[in-house]
Amino acid sequence: MTLIRNNAWVISLALLLAVLLAITKAIQPGFGAPGLESLARAALPFAFATAGMAIVVIVGGIDLSVASMMAVCAVTAAVLMERMAGIPALLIVLVVGAAMGAINGALIVLTKVPDIVVTLAMLFVWEGVALLILSTPGGATADWLEAAIRGFFLFSWLPKALLIIAIVTALIWAPLRGTKLGLSIYAVGSDERAAFRSGVSVGRTRVIAYALCGLFCAFGGLSLAALTGIGEPVPGPYLLAAVAAVVLGGVVLGGGKGGLLGPVIAVFILRIIRTILTLMAVDPNVTTIVEGVIMVGVVMLGTALTMKGAQR
Amino acid sequence: MSNVTSDPVFTRAGRHLAQNPMIPLVVFLLVLVAALEIMRPGIVTPFRAGRDGIISTFWLGNLIKFAIPLAMLAACQVLTMLTAGIDLSVGIIATVAAFVCATLAGSLGTTPAVLIALLCGVTTGLVNGFGVGIVRVHPLIMTLGTGLIATGCLQVYQRLVINAGTEIPTFLSWLGTGRTLGMPNGLFVFIPFAAFILWLMRHTGFGRLLFALGSNENAARLSGVRGWQVYLALYALSGLIAAVAGLLYLGMIRQPSLSLANPLLLPSAAAAVIGGTSIFGGRGSYAGAIVGALILRVLDTMLTLLQMPEGARTALFGLIILAVTALYVRITGSR
Repeated sequence: MTLIRNNAWVISLALLLAVLLAITKAIQPGFGAPGLESLARAALPFAFATAGMAIVVIVGGIDLSVASMMAVCAVTAAVLMERMAGIPALLIVLVVGAAMGAINGALIVLTKVPDIVVTLAMLFVWEGVALLILSTPGGATADWLEAAIRGFFLFSWLPKALLIIAIVTALIWAPLRGTKLGLSIYAVGSDERAAFRSGVSVGRTRVIAYALCGLFCAFGGLSLAALTGIGEPVPGPYLLAAVAAVVLGGVVLGGGKGGLLGPVIAVFILRIIRTILTLMAVDPNVTTIVEGVIMVGVVMLGTALTMKGAQR
Repeated sequence: MSNVTSDPVFTRAGRHLAQNPMIPLVVFLLVLVAALEIMRPGIVTPFRAGRDGIISTFWLGNLIKFAIPLAMLAACQVLTMLTAGIDLSVGIIATVAAFVCATLAGSLGTTPAVLIALLCGVTTGLVNGFGVGIVRVHPLIMTLGTGLIATGCLQVYQRLVINAGTEIPTFLSWLGTGRTLGMPNGLFVFIPFAAFILWLMRHTGFGRLLFALGSNENAARLSGVRGWQVYLALYALSGLIAAVAGLLYLGMIRQPSLSLANPLLLPSAAAAVIGGTSIFGGRGSYAGAIVGALILRVLDTMLTLLQMPEGARTALFGLIILAVTALYVRITGSR
């Protein structure tokens, strides 16, 4: 019972996703594994941006520079893969991502400037860096990178992209959650002072959380490069989508609550709504409105529900 | 939390500066102007380049002209940040107002077009206020969301009026591009506007309510403040200001587009923060934000003069914003 109560939000999100999938199937009886595969593929960069954002929101911050960091990673991947072997290039990109995140975190800790301001400034910095690396879209990615996210794995219904999201998120987050570091992240997010008095190194925890966000952004950038086959230096619309999915996924802005599963499910909910609207032949511009309304509506509902719960 | 240094002289200086945050800002602005003059002798002081005048009215006029829309949008951020909020929909509200006005001015006439444009701003602001004040959604999320919705609405609207053509009302172009005594006509709007905002923050009950809600919302509520009314009025006002700024910007750029004022959004928040407004609420000054907007514009000019690649310019812009705010936090010992 407590398991259900503790995960009520995530479970209802999963149910909502199932309902939406059923609706998609009802509208378009032909919707099957290929549709799911392209959905998962399109959701890939969003999912990674969201996972990264979720960690920094849990630690009590926010990172406005996720889209720019993803752009840096995408162009780095495209430039490196044109010149050297794929695997080392991939590792370098991951290191670059984590380093960028760590720089964000270190600046927040060292300057004592609010994280929203620091990451706002870093948004410009990383965007500039991406433009310096590659001033126009270009470069090339290794063939196997695209192959890695396209198609199915093992079963004819399991898209590789979905598997990649699950594995990467689980590999980074699951071992962490139970450790001292994972607890510290939640502790700092809930109450910084209490965490400090309990012997948690607040600054170190922050930097690590931002570095993890950067690492996820590196995966996001890699998937962007894989999707397009080139490096695109201009940041995409991932910031807004990531914040929306994080909140929709049950992570409280202000920190200390939530996990990574909810936000990742939320990404799929937002993407599938787009698919449904496209299938219903709704004008893509109207889709943006509907998406915004749903996002705001769900957040409003969520806030109203949590407020009611808190009052009781 | 003056943990900068134990040196008493420094601490005292820091405290003094904390009470008068305008001093370091104005000094910094002057330093930047001096640096600009060194980079390109004669740009600020024409007599050194062999022309007339001690200070170039052309340069000053241009600086002020381009700082005005930014400073107006910064007012939205200062006011909302006072209550520990932020308004990330101002860029798109300004764009919507400009686009609506430009497309309707031809068919409906100037006054109705301007009124409808302002109404768009107020409506979006009211939606923000509803979400933040009544449903209690985090302002960051709420204003991002309404911004997204407004973007969609604008795109749909553009489809509808694709053949209508655009027309810029003459008085907007006069305000945007005209000059009186070498100074931009936009000042005719901006000076009363700035005076109004300063008066609103310092001398009215509404201003005090904003500070009270930002300092301690629970205390304010227990003292009988009806928060939701204040939020509703605040965000509606913010939307209105953004719409006015958008109209001014339209007169200046004279090329309505679907992303006209969007690039001003993040700089407007930066101007407010550089100007000493705390993003956590309860502390802020509009005078500081105006200087912040001027600082950003001078920086822009400097970076353009340096003829760096665009990427380096963008990156440097971000680093300077960060350095200025970090320095500010260091000196005044507050966040």
